[in-house]
Amino acid sequence: MKTVLRNVAPYGEQAVDVVLDGDRIAALVPVGTGVGDLVHQFSGEVLLPGLVDLHTHLREPGREDAETILTGTRAAALGGYTAVHAMANTDPVADTAGVVEQVLRLGHAAGYVDVRPVGAVTVGLKGERLAELGAMADSAAQVRVFSDDGKCVSDPLLMRRALEYVKAFDGVVAQHAQEPRLTEGAQMNEGVVSARLGLAGWPAVAEEAIIARDVLLAEHVGSRLHLCHLSTEGSVDIIRWAKSRGINVTAEVTPHHLLLTDELAATYDPVYKVNPPLRTAADVEAVRAGLADGTIDIVATDHAPHPTEDKDCEWAAAAMGMLGLETALSVVIETMIDSGRLTWRQVAERMSTNPARIGRVTDHGNPLAAGEYANLCVVDPGAAWLVDPAALASRSRNTPYAARTMRGRVVATFLRGTATVLNGALAL
Amino acid sequence: MQHLLSTADLTRDDALLILDTAAELAQISDRPMKKLPTLRGRTVVNLFYEDSTRTRISFEAAAKRLSADVINFSAKGSSVSKGESLKDTALTLQAMGADAVVIRHAASGAPHRLAHSGWIESTVINAGDGTHEHPTQALLDAYTLRKHLRDGDGDLAGARITIVGDVLHSRVARSNVLLLNTLGAHVTLCAPPTLLPVGVEEWPCAVSYALDQAIADADAVMMLRVQLERMNASFFPSAHEYSRRYGLDAQRMSTLPTHTIVMHPGPMNRGMEIAADVADSKRSVIVEQVSNGVSVRMAVMYLLLGGAESGIGGN
Amino acid sequence: MSDTADLRAVLEPADVARALSRIAHEIDERTKGADDIVLLGIPTRGVALAQRVAQRLAEIQAHAIPVGSLDITMYRDDLRLKKARALLPTEIPAGGIDDKTVILVDDVLFSGRTVRAALDALGDIGRPRMVQLAVLVDRGHRELPIRADYVGKNLPTSLRESVRVQLIEHDGEDGVYVGTAGA
Repeated sequence: MKTVLRNVAPYGEQAVDVVLDGDRIAALVPVGTGVGDLVHQFSGEVLLPGLVDLHTHLREPGREDAETILTGTRAAALGGYTAVHAMANTDPVADTAGVVEQVLRLGHAAGYVDVRPVGAVTVGLKGERLAELGAMADSAAQVRVFSDDGKCVSDPLLMRRALEYVKAFDGVVAQHAQEPRLTEGAQMNEGVVSARLGLAGWPAVAEEAIIARDVLLAEHVGSRLHLCHLSTEGSVDIIRWAKSRGINVTAEVTPHHLLLTDELAATYDPVYKVNPPLRTAADVEAVRAGLADGTIDIVATDHAPHPTEDKDCEWAAAAMGMLGLETALSVVIETMIDSGRLTWRQVAERMSTNPARIGRVTDHGNPLAAGEYANLCVVDPGAAWLVDPAALASRSRNTPYAARTMRGRVVATFLRGTATVLNGALAL
Repeated sequence: MQHLLSTADLTRDDALLILDTAAELAQISDRPMKKLPTLRGRTVVNLFYEDSTRTRISFEAAAKRLSADVINFSAKGSSVSKGESLKDTALTLQAMGADAVVIRHAASGAPHRLAHSGWIESTVINAGDGTHEHPTQALLDAYTLRKHLRDGDGDLAGARITIVGDVLHSRVARSNVLLLNTLGAHVTLCAPPTLLPVGVEEWPCAVSYALDQAIADADAVMMLRVQLERMNASFFPSAHEYSRRYGLDAQRMSTLPTHTIVMHPGPMNRGMEIAADVADSKRSVIVEQVSNGVSVRMAVMYLLLGGAESGIGGN
Repeated sequence: MSDTADLRAVLEPADVARALSRIAHEIDERTKGADDIVLLGIPTRGVALAQRVAQRLAEIQAHAIPVGSLDITMYRDDLRLKKARALLPTEIPAGGIDDKTVILVDDVLFSGRTVRAALDALGDIGRPRMVQLAVLVDRGHRELPIRADYVGKNLPTSLRESVRVQLIEHDGEDGVYVGTAGA
């Protein structure tokens, strides 16, 4: 069956008709000339390869009260994603082939995006001994990204071994960089605001020290290293230096670290409590610059759903994390496109091509060209929308953008030629 | 201003109104009838998530002297210890018709949450939240300072106040720095660098690591409690070393100007941050701080609850 | 309000002085030279009036008369109808009020609610032998069973009128004025 996406602008450039044949792109032809069994009429919106998230918490198994693979992947599709990496900190932890295959299976059953399970680096995320990384890699889930995210692999020897071991199957360790002793009881970024609010500080150095150590370890053992959610100016500097030395390191930034600062903690509203914490305006500027110049390779959501009771409480008692899938692209438009720091082509690299490459997801993040899989999203960059937590597809409501007007709406998403989102609503 | 959450919210005029009101109310404690009818029929809940008998009693005495009904809600042995959330407790108090909630909580910002989350309509008075603030303590300290240094009148312009000790974990220090600065005083914080917060350089005060210099020309020295367990977290090497470098003993006290007073918010670690003979000396106004606490808390409750709207701020 | 253009003067400075002298003499007669008199003014203008009456009385009796002030804010029955107000000074003379003849002094007697509050306040401070009331102006319209023992001037008014007492201590000159409320 042939499907036509009429009048869409690949990378925001010249508008065309995109003809899909089954699960692949058949041709890009001048507007009005595409012929097919089904025609989706657009009006010149931006066409991007389907977004790929390297950092998603889907919570299933174990915390289905916060999110399920079904609700989380619906949120992903609405955000323009066609593939997400499901983090390992579930209950049970995704540290065996059995658990990662279960996640894979539930993702298939939902059908909204490709769910790529992330395997835990250490058994139970305890940081004591390696999980069966090879078994997860060889399983049906074909795990390539390993992370104890939520916790840092802080033992340097264990980290070295993990970096070395995953080379055997082209894996990558995605480090949650947080020196545990420096962040005991930490509640927010350590600085002027934490001093004023009397909340225990999470110093930038606790992130930077681990990143510095790990890039040197990666260099020493010749391994591939990925760093989750960079949040500080110093972290960007270290990555920039590491790349200049030829170290095989990649890094991500979350939408919230591109937009929000630690001043929001002054509300004591835990919707702004996240790990790593919101930092200063100088840090925000540094991660934007790092994302613009390629020091930071990707935007990853760190979508972290929490049920209301875990946020409707005092700050110290609240869970860390915020929703991200349905707002990520709008934040990138606001912080990077509107300021002219990134073109749409560069956004496609940072939100689709690069994360797919890091995660070794071959079907996604490919050029908008004939013969490629039709994993696509169509964005109306000018459309303004009011963020209503109750209207989000996620099972949880902990978005920091409630009542905020954002720009950029995902109009349609296609997973291997099948529409998962049409007219801004779920199509499945 | 419906709530008292932070001394940062008080203007100089607000602070002086509270101090002047407290001064009038202080007379009540000298009378045979230590009671005013002002808050008759109003309900004040003391919601204490941390044990602090002295602060609770002070608020209770203040509320009772204004004829309010007082309900003490201690977290221990209550539904809170069975895991009830702050929100559910707040909803309960709201249903009970609490006009004011005096809250002491281990979590910084808990009073702010209580006041601003829509759980409750009551006036919220912060009786100490985590390592954030303790505004009524700062007000009673300012009251005590004004009485001794300014004859109970006006502000504290030009007064030199040195606050010594565990500033990092001290809600008393935060509230005092802000309030005393608002009242025109020059505040110096003195502590080992480990017990000063990163970011303290933005506070409206001076910072010193050397006690002898920091107190040399002080009009008042306020010693903060230092908990011994800080030693185990390597904030300082030993109680002995802390006491030698940052404790106020008789020898150090003898170097102070003759008019200088010594304060402590209590409870004291005698022999640690303050020597027993200093605490009991004529310069010490520590016991007086306690009685001033009742007057100041009466003033705060009267001004927040006595009228149709708060008498603090909003002009 | 220092602008008195719309107001009609009912007592000139000399009238005020005469009224206060008469009150002092009446107190002397009615208390039969009692040596236990304490004058308590109700802030703000009642305090200045109490001081003036005390001075005149001291001249008549040739000894000092204890004088003080009694703030009634915390005892007002309309406390909750208005924004919380700053307190005014309460100063009880050193000898106290127990078993004394306390004479409350205020500028205007109107509804009687202020005096009711003052009696409550007094009761919390001590137990006088007798309490009397002196006012510069009684404008009528009582809402409580209260009357003054000493009145400088009875001034029939309508409820729509306002009465303004000015004293040198507060306003630079003495005088009592009547105007239309809201003028």
